[in-house]
Parts: sequence; C-alpha cells; structure tokens
Amino acid sequence: MARLRGFWEGSSRNPAKRVQFDRPLTPWLFVLPQLLIVAIFFYWPSVQAVTSSFYLEDPFGFGSTFVGMDNYTDAISSREYRRIAGFTAFFAVMVTALSLSIGLLLAVKADKVIRGASAYKTALIAVYAIAPPVSGLIGMMFFDMHMGPFTEMAAWFGYEMKVGINYNDTAFALILVAVWKQIPYNFIFFLSGLQSVPVSVREAALIDARSGWRRFKDIVLPLLAPTAFFLLIINITYSLFDTFAIIDVMVKDKPANNPMTLVYKVYLDGFKGNDIGGSSAQSVILMVVVAALTVAQFRFLERRVHYG
Amino acid sequence: MLKFATVSTIAFSTIAGSAMAQTDISWWHGMGGRNGEVINEISQQFNDAQDACKLTPLSRGTYEEALSSSIAAFRSGEQPNIVQVFDAGAATIMNAPGAVIPAEDLILNAGEEFSRDDFIAGVRNFYADSEGKFVGMPFNSSAPIMYMNTEAFEKAGVEAPKTWEDFEAIAPKLKDAGYIPMTASQLTWMMVENFKSRNNQQFATNNNGYDGVDGTQLIVNDENTVMMFDKLKAWADDGLYGFYGAGWGDNLKPFEEGKVAMWIGSSGSFGGLQKSAQMPFTADFMPYWGSIEGAGTQSFIGGAALFAMAGKSDEENACTAQFFSFLTSPEVQVYWHENTGYVPITEAAYELAKEEGYYDEKPVAEVGIKQLMLPGGEWSKGYRLGFYPQIRSVMEREFNRIFSGETTPKAAFDTIQQEGDALLARFAKTSG
Repeated sequence: MARLRGFWEGSSRNPAKRVQFDRPLTPWLFVLPQLLIVAIFFYWPSVQAVTSSFYLEDPFGFGSTFVGMDNYTDAISSREYRRIAGFTAFFAVMVTALSLSIGLLLAVKADKVIRGASAYKTALIAVYAIAPPVSGLIGMMFFDMHMGPFTEMAAWFGYEMKVGINYNDTAFALILVAVWKQIPYNFIFFLSGLQSVPVSVREAALIDARSGWRRFKDIVLPLLAPTAFFLLIINITYSLFDTFAIIDVMVKDKPANNPMTLVYKVYLDGFKGNDIGGSSAQSVILMVVVAALTVAQFRFLERRVHYG
Repeated sequence: MLKFATVSTIAFSTIAGSAMAQTDISWWHGMGGRNGEVINEISQQFNDAQDACKLTPLSRGTYEEALSSSIAAFRSGEQPNIVQVFDAGAATIMNAPGAVIPAEDLILNAGEEFSRDDFIAGVRNFYADSEGKFVGMPFNSSAPIMYMNTEAFEKAGVEAPKTWEDFEAIAPKLKDAGYIPMTASQLTWMMVENFKSRNNQQFATNNNGYDGVDGTQLIVNDENTVMMFDKLKAWADDGLYGFYGAGWGDNLKPFEEGKVAMWIGSSGSFGGLQKSAQMPFTADFMPYWGSIEGAGTQSFIGGAALFAMAGKSDEENACTAQFFSFLTSPEVQVYWHENTGYVPITEAAYELAKEEGYYDEKPVAEVGIKQLMLPGGEWSKGYRLGFYPQIRSVMEREFNRIFSGETTPKAAFDTIQQEGDALLARFAKTSG
C-alpha cells in the first residue's frame, strides 16, 4: 500500500526515504528497462489505436480513408453498443460488490477459526489457481442446457434455465462464475489485512465495546481501508478486462443475444469482424473511461483512506 | 582474389543448392479434432510424394482465427503461403486484390494443368471472380443436409420429408412417438443462406454481392424469409422444433443422444457422427418449401477454400501450385472425403469413390454431393458479402431474441436488414 501512496502523493512528503544519486542520469538508467516496457507495450499500441480509430481501413492494409470522428459516432450511436455498455457497467458493479463483500465475509470468519485454519484457508484460496478459461469451462458445464447441474437444480424449482439463449440467465451465470473466480484473491488480501491489525488495538477495543459489529465497524474496517481501496481498483479492472476468457468460453465463441462486455465487443469487431477502425475507436473509448474512473477513485475515494 | 571468388561461388552455390533441394511452404488452417489430423496426414503424403517442397500445416484455432491471424501476418509481411478461409470470410479476402494470387493463375504459371470443368458444378462459383476464374482453391466443401434418427422414423411410422410441408405433416407424429421432431445447427447457414439457395431466392442486390460492393444491400425482410422464421417459431412453440442457441454442438447433442428425430447439420459432420451418434441414422436432402415457386434447387457450397497469399518467391509459389494440384487429385480427394465427410470437389474423385463402392457401404456420405449437384437456379449460387461474419453475428443475436420471445421474426429481420446494410456500406467504404 505504501507503494501506491508514494506513487500518488509524490515522494516529497517522505524526505527520509529519498535516495541521493551522485549523477543525475543514474536513476534514469535504472528505470530505463521499465520505461521501455511501458513504451513498447502501452504507449506505442495506444498511439496506434488512437491513430487507426480515425480511419476506415481495409483489413489487409492496402488502403485507408480518413473518416474523422465517424468511427466514434458510429459506435456511440449504435443501440447495440449502448446496450453492451450498460451491461458492462452493471456487470462491473455486481462482480466487484459481490466478490469484495463475500471475500471480506469469508476472511473475517477465517480470521476467527483456530482449529483447522490452514485447511480452511487453502480450500478458499485454491480456486485462485484456476485459469480464467478453465473456470469458464467449468461454468459452461455447470450451466449446460442438456445436463448442467445448475440447470437441473433450477428445474426442481420449476424454472427452465437457458444459459446461452436467455439473456438474463446467461448474465446470471457469467456474474456467478466471475465472482467465484475472484473471491479467493480478495480473501487473501483481506485476511492478511485483518491479521496485520495489532492485537493490542483489538484488546483495547474489546474493553471499550461489547458489540462485535461495532468493533468491526469502528476499528477493523478503517484499518482495512487501504486494502479495500486497493482491491476495489483491482476488482473493477478484473471485471472489465480479465473476465474476457470467462465470457469467451461461456458464450462458446458465438455471442448471439448473450450479454458481453465492451472488451469482448472490441475483440469481436476487431479480430473476428476485421473492422480495425471501428474496433480501435471502441478501445479508445474504453481506455478513456477506465482512466477517468481510476483517476476519480484516487481523487475522491482515496482521501477517505487512512494509511496508518 | 580469385581464390576468394571461387570459395564464395562454391559457398553460394551450396546454399542455393540446398535451398533448391527443398522449399518450405506453410499452411494455416482453422480445423481441429479429426479433421485437423487428416490435414496433417495429407500434408505428410504430399511431403512423401516429392522431394522439392516441404509443407508444414499449422492450426490457428477456428476459421475466424485463421483468417484474422493471416491478415495480421500479412500486414507485417509474415504471411503463410496458404491460408484456409471459410465461406463467410471469402468476401474479405477476395475484395483485397493484392493479398492473394488467384489459384488458377498460380497453377497455370507453375506449368501445371488446370481445368474448371474438372470440378463439380456446385463448387465452381463461390470462390471464383466474376469471370469464373478460381481465386480460392475449393478444399473442404460441405452442404447442409438432414440427418434422421432411423428408430424415430420407424416408431412414428413416417417417411423422410422432402419439403417443409411434409415436415409439418409428420412432425406431430414424431412428437407423439416421444421425440423432439427437429433441431438445427447454425441457423444463419441453414435457414438463411441455404434457405435462399434451396428455394432459389435472391439474398442481396448486386447479384447477391458478386457484382461489387458499392450499394449492395441484403434482401432478408422479404415475405418468404420471414415466413420461414414465423414457421420455425410456431414449431418451437408447439414443441416440434428445439432451439438450443447459436452454438453448433448444443443443437447437435440431443440428436446424438437419440432424443431428436431429425437434425439439420453439415455433410461434413458425418465423420464425427459415425462415432458419436448413439443410434442408427440416415440422411437426405435438406427440405425446401413446396409453396415457393422454383424451389428445390441445389444448396451452395459451404466449408472453406485455400488461398495462396501474395508476396512469396516463385519457388514457394511453384510448391503451393504443386500442392493445389496434389490436393485435387482423385486419390487425395477420396481420402479426404472418406475420412472427414466433406464432399469430393472434382467429378473424377466422385467417380472414384463410387467405383470403390464407398456409397454402397455408406449411402449417407453421398447425400451432400448429390445435393450440391442438383439443378441450380439463378440464386442458388451463394453470396459474396463484406463484413459477413459480423452480419452473421447480428443474425445470431436476433434469432436468439426471436426464440426467447423478445421480438417477432418480422421485426428481427427488419433489424438484420438495417444493421446488415450499414455493415455492407461500411465495408464498401473500406475497400473504396
């Protein structure tokens, strides 16, 4: 967490940690490899995306026509695009809220377990080792229309679940799998955050308040805030970008009427539809939105976070 | 100095010699499973049959991925010699002159023999230019056919339907016998593209898109196409048709399990079905509408073709040409046909398979090619439409909405018409 804070506040507030170099170029030499990586894998492709978003290009690159903002207006004026954007926002909020709260709940409970604690933790963390496409595959089997156990379970209650055909059913399945996959990550961080709350503080709190909920709300939660803030950003990024593989596997490469996120739409138009200009414009829109969101979080939310 | 020159000459000629000895060519394709294995076997047969060329096949995932990765590779000058492009992606590559060398030119330039008449009629147009010159080399060709669960038809005491009207008559009996009367995979291919071919209906302006990209528009919200989906929806509501989404396998699975009486699938599925079907089955032509005048024409060729990418050396192109000729030889075609279920693409190969008695043993294998050899009509030849994979995605989305009751077939096809035309206009701009 200190790293995040240092990055944002600038190192000037921490003069004690400043390292002095004799030559002004030496520090640059040390950061050069990192800068190169950022330049090659982030800035260069970003510039390319921005450039090609203003052109209509034939897939093979024989000719491209400058079309100005057309690709952007085409995307934003498309009903389908707005529908996907709406789902993406809903999906991100649901996945982030559910996986954070369930992760926190499990961590608080695991923190109290004394006997068999490590077995309990291992069982919870193990899921994190599953690769996203594999978890998508597991989800696909669970919700299979012909033999999926969840489909059969829904049938007991008289509900005919049709993941892959019914929009809401597929949305439910996607959120469930995405949350399930992310809980262990949040669990690990919350648990280590909880265990770093000093015992003396807890004991002092115990004298002041009998209510466990009040102790948690007034003492533990504020001390967990830096962890929670970090996880919030990571979870939003996860739900927007890293769920790609889950979606791809669960909609079986044929999205049809199924819900998808904006990243999946970029992929669909760019890599399957070979519409490079349109896909670039969409990815620039996405880049701007995510950057704005992250900056907003740092500006407005981080002020409330106390770094102990 | 003389010495140096001699040494370098020798060195050069040695290098040139070894390069002459064997030219490497690459082939990117989009097939997996048993079909991918057969591709490897055929490549090995080609390498064993001669010494000058060495062909390396490489699976790039799905059809779409094979096309996309070849495009990306072409843009960075790393393209393979041969790429397999599927039917829906054909317009993308064929509207980019300079990306490929027409197969016919390639073969003739290499001094190999080539005659369009050797190929069966159904495959001659789809990958050819407006003059009929072969741009792509037809490779794995398939037709949508009707597979039937023999037990179900016996139990219900009904005959194979020829027309959709026949189907409407027998479907309730199949249902009473305890079966889902019908499922179908990939409605875009079956019930739109091949609905147009089988019933001789125009699919797009500009001669189904063959005459150019400017101003090309779909013809899909017409009375007959909407009627096909009104019927499908009504059948689905009555339990006569099972719709299981856009996934190929989801619609096939209940048929394999013996729960479905008939499945509209690909002739190319025959190889796999022989292993996976849990009941005896047979096949026949895909039904058409008796009520539509002039219906009952051939289906157009599905599957994929091979394209020779531009920007390669003459030696490599000669090898590619040699491989194309090898691939169309009757023996190789029959091997491919019998191992995968895709149809043979030349008359000679078809004759050879017949002579061998293959169809006496497996009559189902002949259905696809026979359907492709049915009399053609003006509009049975398929289509050439840009950004077509995206148009298919729009259709898939709307079809799901039809069957989940969110929209009506008429409204769905109005949307497809509108979004499809917008995509076509966009494509016309990219290649303009």
